[in-house]
Amino acid sequence: MTEETKAAAVGALTDEDFAVVGKNLEQMESISRPILTFWQEVWRRIRKNKVAYFSLLLLTLYALLAIFAPMLSRYGFDDQDAYAMRQGLSATHWLGTDSLGRDLWVRVWMGARVSLSIGLTAALINSVIGTVIGGFCGYYGGKLDMLIMRLIDVIYGIPSLIVCILVMIVLGSGVKSLIVAMVITGWAGSCRFTRGEVLRLKEQEFVLAARVMGEPVFSIIVRELIPNIMGLLITNLAMAIPGAIFQEAFLSYIGLGIAPPQASWGVLAKEGTKMLKIAPHMLYVPAFFICTTVLALNQLGNGLRDAFDPRLRGME
Amino acid sequence: MRKYILKRIGISLLTVFVLATVVFFLARLMPGGPFSDPKISATARENLAHYYGFDKPLIEQYFTYLGNLLHGNFGYSTKYPGQTVNALLASSFPYSADLGLRALCFAISFGLVFGVMSALNRGNGIDLFFVIVAVIGTSVPDFIMGAILQHFFGYKWGLLPIAQYKDITYTILPSVGLGFYTMASVSRIMRASMLEVVQQDYIKTARAKGVSNFRITWKHQIRNAIMPVITILGPIVASVLTGTFVIESVFAIPGMGKYYVESVQNNDYSMILGMTVFYGAFLVFCNMIVDILYGLIDPRIRISK
Repeated sequence: MTEETKAAAVGALTDEDFAVVGKNLEQMESISRPILTFWQEVWRRIRKNKVAYFSLLLLTLYALLAIFAPMLSRYGFDDQDAYAMRQGLSATHWLGTDSLGRDLWVRVWMGARVSLSIGLTAALINSVIGTVIGGFCGYYGGKLDMLIMRLIDVIYGIPSLIVCILVMIVLGSGVKSLIVAMVITGWAGSCRFTRGEVLRLKEQEFVLAARVMGEPVFSIIVRELIPNIMGLLITNLAMAIPGAIFQEAFLSYIGLGIAPPQASWGVLAKEGTKMLKIAPHMLYVPAFFICTTVLALNQLGNGLRDAFDPRLRGME
Repeated sequence: MRKYILKRIGISLLTVFVLATVVFFLARLMPGGPFSDPKISATARENLAHYYGFDKPLIEQYFTYLGNLLHGNFGYSTKYPGQTVNALLASSFPYSADLGLRALCFAISFGLVFGVMSALNRGNGIDLFFVIVAVIGTSVPDFIMGAILQHFFGYKWGLLPIAQYKDITYTILPSVGLGFYTMASVSRIMRASMLEVVQQDYIKTARAKGVSNFRITWKHQIRNAIMPVITILGPIVASVLTGTFVIESVFAIPGMGKYYVESVQNNDYSMILGMTVFYGAFLVFCNMIVDILYGLIDPRIRISK
């Protein structure tokens, strides 16, 4: 724009153009966008993240199939059929059959019940125990905290699989012993994490304010501190489930987890590796479900982390 | 520094002691003693218990056991007379150590290279390829990975031997199968860390000074980005070594893991416990070395811990 045109443009404006419109206090204070709570905001961000949203849908689908597919199928999970052994994928047996002629579609979803519920329960119990102990340790500090932290150092030092194997040998195989075994070693991680977060948060003003107002310690931890780290806790939970699923698969593979004819994804994969040369689908079918579930959980975890704290977006 | 090392050694010794104690008392809790077979007569059972020292008071047994451990005696099989954990370890440990080292070398070197290449090509096809490899790699359990490799490279295409452990061609598939998960996680961490470092001020300073791109990548970016990978070396070593359990059974390698799994399947409790103590102590030792190395490399760790 040259000097002349600028001057012309300014010249075109008269004093009337600058009249005071007046201010409408109500309009100024009104909020033009819909008010979203924290959780609505998180949900909105998840919805926008295609990968995370798709993962969530896939996991929901798996969960629904795990509940309903075995009920709706005409085969039982341990019905053997000597005339239909090791068949590939077909219309009668959607995912084929195993070496005893059992229908893999039903067995996969029966296995999903076991694998998913172990993963979810173990991760959930771990984070509840870890959060409570970690919260109190972080808040109070002192000798007990020191003691528990040394205990956690020791638990961390021993590889969790070894502890799991020992516990499984003592308790025998089964879903309950698997969960117990995973909880014994698993709580340490979330405890250490929560303690660190509480240590970081407890010096902040809102905690001071709560203390000044005479809020009891229990309520400070439960109502002030834990909601503030809830996002990270949920993210960690999503990230911890794959570990539990892997662990179950590993233990079942070495013969300590779930005992056949009960099915779990680990058991199915184990049976599959034995028949790899003759009936490769027996490995690939459970492998597909283990991998997609873990993949979806990891992606959902990433999505959750970004949704709870957009500042972290793009970090990995 | 000395204080830090002493503290690490102290915690490790405590861990091994706790592990040994837990193992001992768990062994006494186990359902069914070693001689509960109804075919064994009462006198024979007594004699056996006397022979193995099970008739002594628990405390005395415990101290004998600790003494044996201090002398490096890890126990014996109550199922197969004459077989000791030490003899088994002597024959099988070299295989596991060899396999573990190969897998670690594969995982760390390929993981770093993939991570760096991915970060340097951020946003284009090469990056996408490596990211997908990493995402898939972290969602496949290692025994499934091993079996899949076996199926394709060994059986379908006949490129590499399917099982056993003889010369170098035999070692490729098990090492890759064992190291793949770790390789994928190293590559993810390296990529993230590279992308974070590139935004730092010292990279800008180096660019402003006119340092060449190659030099910036090598001397500034990679060197700084490698720290987070070193932090997870401890867990990596642990996961690779526990992974040998299944990989050795998949590929029929006569290593520790295979015998461990066999003892589990044979219910040979005394054998399992002896091997567990050895295995646990070995892993604790590895972790300790990694922690001390980390303290040497990064002075901040010594202070904060």
